Amino acid sequence: MPLTVTDIDFVRDLVVKQSGNILRTGQSDLIESRLAPIAKNAGLANVEQLIAELKRSRSPRLSDQVAQAVTVNETSFFRDVHPFNALRSRIIPDIMKENAARRDLKIWCAASSSGQEPYTLAMVIREHFPTLSDWNVRILATDISEKMLDKCRSGQYSQLEVNRGLPARNLVRFFDRSGSVWTTKQELQNLIDFQKLNLTTAWPLTTQFDVIFIRNVLIYFDQKTKAEILSRALRLLRPNGYLFIGSAETVIGLGLPLEREEIDGTICYRHANR
Amino acid sequence: MNALIIDDSRAMRRILKQIVTGLGFDVLEAGNGQEGLDVLFASDDIGLVLVDWNMPEMNGLEFVEAVRAKPEFERLALVMVTTESEPARMARALMAGVDEFVMKPFTPDILVEKLNLIGVKACVAS
Repeated sequence: MPLTVTDIDFVRDLVVKQSGNILRTGQSDLIESRLAPIAKNAGLANVEQLIAELKRSRSPRLSDQVAQAVTVNETSFFRDVHPFNALRSRIIPDIMKENAARRDLKIWCAASSSGQEPYTLAMVIREHFPTLSDWNVRILATDISEKMLDKCRSGQYSQLEVNRGLPARNLVRFFDRSGSVWTTKQELQNLIDFQKLNLTTAWPLTTQFDVIFIRNVLIYFDQKTKAEILSRALRLLRPNGYLFIGSAETVIGLGLPLEREEIDGTICYRHANR
Repeated sequence: MNALIIDDSRAMRRILKQIVTGLGFDVLEAGNGQEGLDVLFASDDIGLVLVDWNMPEMNGLEFVEAVRAKPEFERLALVMVTTESEPARMARALMAGVDEFVMKPFTPDILVEKLNLIGVKACVAS
């Protein structure tokens, strides 16, 4: 039996409260398919019973699981390739000059989902910047979902996932294959730290980053939350740092001290008045 | 602009044809590497080749080696669409001059993404 409008509205409200994400209308199939395993794990017969249980108990653990499950995590390696080209052609070379004395490079992927973005960054660094091998290079990958972070940490991808957007030369160089599972090599995994982080609650971060990727996640937040998240991200961006948002996302109307810059066919943002 | 599809499976050629036709290419077909070479050498407007690996008579790797041996095909876009997924063998094909790999099974999106990666864009059918 399909979920009722009341049930869907309840889930939508719960997800906004838990994660700040706004579910679009017409996503009842997605809600049902992603919540079914949670219902089963909780010993409940179906998604309707899960929703009834949530209404009754307000269990924080179940609520968190539901919010994580319906957070969209569709991604691929080298997704919208232009930012990675910009990093290769100009941004990382510029940062290397800027940071030559302290020899460190810090990048944050703020919604790393299943890990393709941080691993893509690691591949760009290892493939094109061999001189960074004796620098302190750290990529911080954060996501709201423990399940996604576990996948990131494992570095394991299906054949279908590595078929998407990943150049064959990178696949051959940076992955090991076992049957139909492809695993990222240690040299990539060693560059990445994984951490659970909800963009709409307090961030336990003090690091200053040279590059911040917050791509394809802002679309799920309202204007106020979006402005708040970006404003906090800016406080973690080094004075000459670069901020990337999704190619379909905009900062227009948010009133943030950002300067738009086009590099190699992609738009990034930098501190205004830097 | 023409695309050449080389695969011993007629069903696979049909699937690939549907995708690249949608991108605006006219399609030529061949059932093995040798037939593929014959078609390629007889045509002067092929900009993209999709080639399987395991085929009778002449396999995909032999086809690629024969094509890349000729300077006039240095810039021809060559994509292997294959069930082959052994990294060492893939590396060998890349060394031989393959531009990209698409592992079967695949979706139309995956093929289009791979073509974008090597700079092959949709074109207007002639």
